[in-house]
Amino acid sequence: MSPFTFKIGGAAGFGIMSTGLTFSKLAARSGYQVFDYAEYPSLIRGGHNVMQTTVADKSVNSPRRSTNLLVALNQETVARHYHELTPGATLLYDKELVTNVADVPNGVHLIAVPLQHLAKAAGGTILMRNTVALGASVALLGGKLTLLVDLINEEFAAKSPEIKQKNQTAALAGYDYLRANYPNNITPILAPRRAPRSWVITGNEAAGLGALSAGMQFAAIYPMTPTSNILHFLAPLQPEFNFICQQPEDEIAAINLAIGASFAGARAMVATAGGGFSLMVEGYGLAGMTETPLVIIEGMRPGPATGLPTWTGQADLRFLLHAHQDEFPRLVLAPGDPQETFNLTRQAFNLAEIYQTPVVILLDKYLCESHWSAPDLPAEKFKIERGKLITRQLKNYRRYALSAEGISPRALPGSGNHILANSDEHNEAGYSEESAENRQQQMEKRMKKLVTCANNHLPSPRRYGPPEASTTIISWGSTKGPILDALPSLPDVNFIHLTWLNPFPAAALRPMLKSSQRVINIENNYSGQLQGLIAETTGISLKENLLKYDGRPFYPEEIIEFLTA
Amino acid sequence: MDSLTAFATDNPCTWCPGCGNFGIWLAFKEAAVRQGWNNFNTVMVAGIGCHGHLLNFLGLTAFEGLHGRPIPVAAGIKMANPKLNVFVFTGDGDCLGEGGNHFIHAARRNHNLTVILHDNAVYALTTGQTSPRSPRGFKSKSTPEGNPADPLHPLPLAWAAGATWLARAYAGDLPALTELIIQANQHPGFAVIQVLQPCVAFNHVYTHEFFQKNTYLVGPNYDPTDAAAAWHKLQEWGEQKIPLGLLFAAKKPAYEDPLPRLTKNPPHRNLTPLLRRYR
Repeated sequence: MSPFTFKIGGAAGFGIMSTGLTFSKLAARSGYQVFDYAEYPSLIRGGHNVMQTTVADKSVNSPRRSTNLLVALNQETVARHYHELTPGATLLYDKELVTNVADVPNGVHLIAVPLQHLAKAAGGTILMRNTVALGASVALLGGKLTLLVDLINEEFAAKSPEIKQKNQTAALAGYDYLRANYPNNITPILAPRRAPRSWVITGNEAAGLGALSAGMQFAAIYPMTPTSNILHFLAPLQPEFNFICQQPEDEIAAINLAIGASFAGARAMVATAGGGFSLMVEGYGLAGMTETPLVIIEGMRPGPATGLPTWTGQADLRFLLHAHQDEFPRLVLAPGDPQETFNLTRQAFNLAEIYQTPVVILLDKYLCESHWSAPDLPAEKFKIERGKLITRQLKNYRRYALSAEGISPRALPGSGNHILANSDEHNEAGYSEESAENRQQQMEKRMKKLVTCANNHLPSPRRYGPPEASTTIISWGSTKGPILDALPSLPDVNFIHLTWLNPFPAAALRPMLKSSQRVINIENNYSGQLQGLIAETTGISLKENLLKYDGRPFYPEEIIEFLTA
Repeated sequence: MDSLTAFATDNPCTWCPGCGNFGIWLAFKEAAVRQGWNNFNTVMVAGIGCHGHLLNFLGLTAFEGLHGRPIPVAAGIKMANPKLNVFVFTGDGDCLGEGGNHFIHAARRNHNLTVILHDNAVYALTTGQTSPRSPRGFKSKSTPEGNPADPLHPLPLAWAAGATWLARAYAGDLPALTELIIQANQHPGFAVIQVLQPCVAFNHVYTHEFFQKNTYLVGPNYDPTDAAAAWHKLQEWGEQKIPLGLLFAAKKPAYEDPLPRLTKNPPHRNLTPLLRRYR
């Protein structure tokens, strides 16, 4: 099948997101892979919300520019999205809510369902029109109604049996209405198929799950889009998984709390967006200087200052690579989908303790808040590695003892050892010392960690598509999704995806880039930050860039057009 | 072990002769010796300022953080391991200027910490600028015409924010300060000792002589658990009327009490039941 995109739009506060997620889960339970993507403004009521789910029988990782089924809960949805409908697509709407469909292109099927009327007839409020629309959509797409009923029961598990019953009635009403009135429009898009089950998760949930799997014990998170959902995910799980999750007074407190908890021996993390990270920058260097393990999840969004709070971008790469005065070792990792987010977040907690330094997981709104099918989330197996952690009392313990690989023995408070962690430049024992010789030794010791990390942990970049292709796309982080989805339409193109940005895999990358006749750098930022980094670290200057910085993610169609133009 | 030689380090002391920090240093060491605080049960956290140098002269486990940020670091330590005695050493610029927000919110949450506020009413390590504690009219490098603002009073601020144990001491009265440090540590909540600490180099208003002349000890008849009376007592400041001693004490659960107790090692978790929600 070719990927099919369902889109539902309406006013903020009308349950668009949860309706979209129910559709995604329904498609996943029917045996398909899904990707969904929501667009919403930074307000709670009255703005325009839209969520789209793309369904396919193989991996799908990005939103499409065109829509196959548009469910419009208000006139604005039609006004904003009618141009995405191509001949053969369907507009499902309620004549009470959408009075003008004159702009809809010829060849688009118009399906009118009295959503509000059926919702009220089911004994509910007009808000249940979403459920009616889902029932009608399931019928239209040849899906299984019982899967929808299961999802309704799960969603309203905590509510009264009456509410569950009303929603089931509403779903059935929509389902029956569609089958009775539009039998010829039914296509078997969601016909149940046998497929290995996979999870439907967002990048935020993947980061939270990865942290839990890694034994995370302390999280300090000040709310900020797009990572607030990590806080919402973790907060209720504290008693069940025995960890502490704090919402402090500001991001400065957040990072210092996490550093304190980590110093005391807890696996600690913070999560924020670029603006919150701006406040954390002094703590970033504090963790580096005091050699305190710390995992930092940074969800990028576009714009300096407040910017576009609920939109997406990839413009904080250089910021994370260089933030804070002077130099200290920081590991910067950028997963491309929830599966990689889960894996790299887990690994980040080990890396933070092994290298005793901050490790950044760089996400963005697109990855944080979109749902993906994730095939492989190992629930149990994870080897916790704590590096040079000392549990017994040593004679003449020195926290910052010089070592060939740059890593000193780390004891914890309460162990009987005298530990002095110091934000001042310090000697091996931790005492403040400003001699030139000591400064040089401690500086070299800290920076040596990056070399050790590159030798012991840095993987080669992964290449997707035919190795011998004449054209290569290179990118990092979440642009992986639309690029992977474009590749099947680009036979002579492969794709190098970078998830490790510091240390940077320059040695492995150089021959990969040189073997290609044409290399195109794709990034969700204005200046081509990766392209600059590649030039700096490999000496290879890339001439072609596809850059986008309008707050929206790439569509695979744009990438195909750029490469085939 | 006596308190003079306890926790000795090889580092030469860098405070000016006559600095109030000597009194705080000695009183803390005396309290530590008496109470058995050591590297198995105690952590000190300091900010940046002359006070922070104390960590170099005292061989107890410590974290010297950033200017203004010792309180959140200490709160993180205490939450992660509530068995530790956690002391915050902070200055008036550190605690009330750069770190004011943390001071307010830590008091509100009633973290089980002891905050020793080295109050010399001047920025000393940066060679003498005005501080949030400098009196109106105070002449300094940054206020050559005199400080145009009134000082902030940390104890009423902490009281309003929800702190549960507030005391004031003079750095020159070692026995009283020692006793207060011990009591503050025993209090299960956010305890603040404002230590009036002469800066002999940069503050020629708040001298040893000034404090000796203008402070008095609240007597045994004073009841620090009377919150309304304490509120009035906490406002007192000025010639001949700066009260010293335990000024306010209240009972409230410490922030750490209901928190999960963390295991020594990161737990191996089975996520199977949790993952079912994401099907």
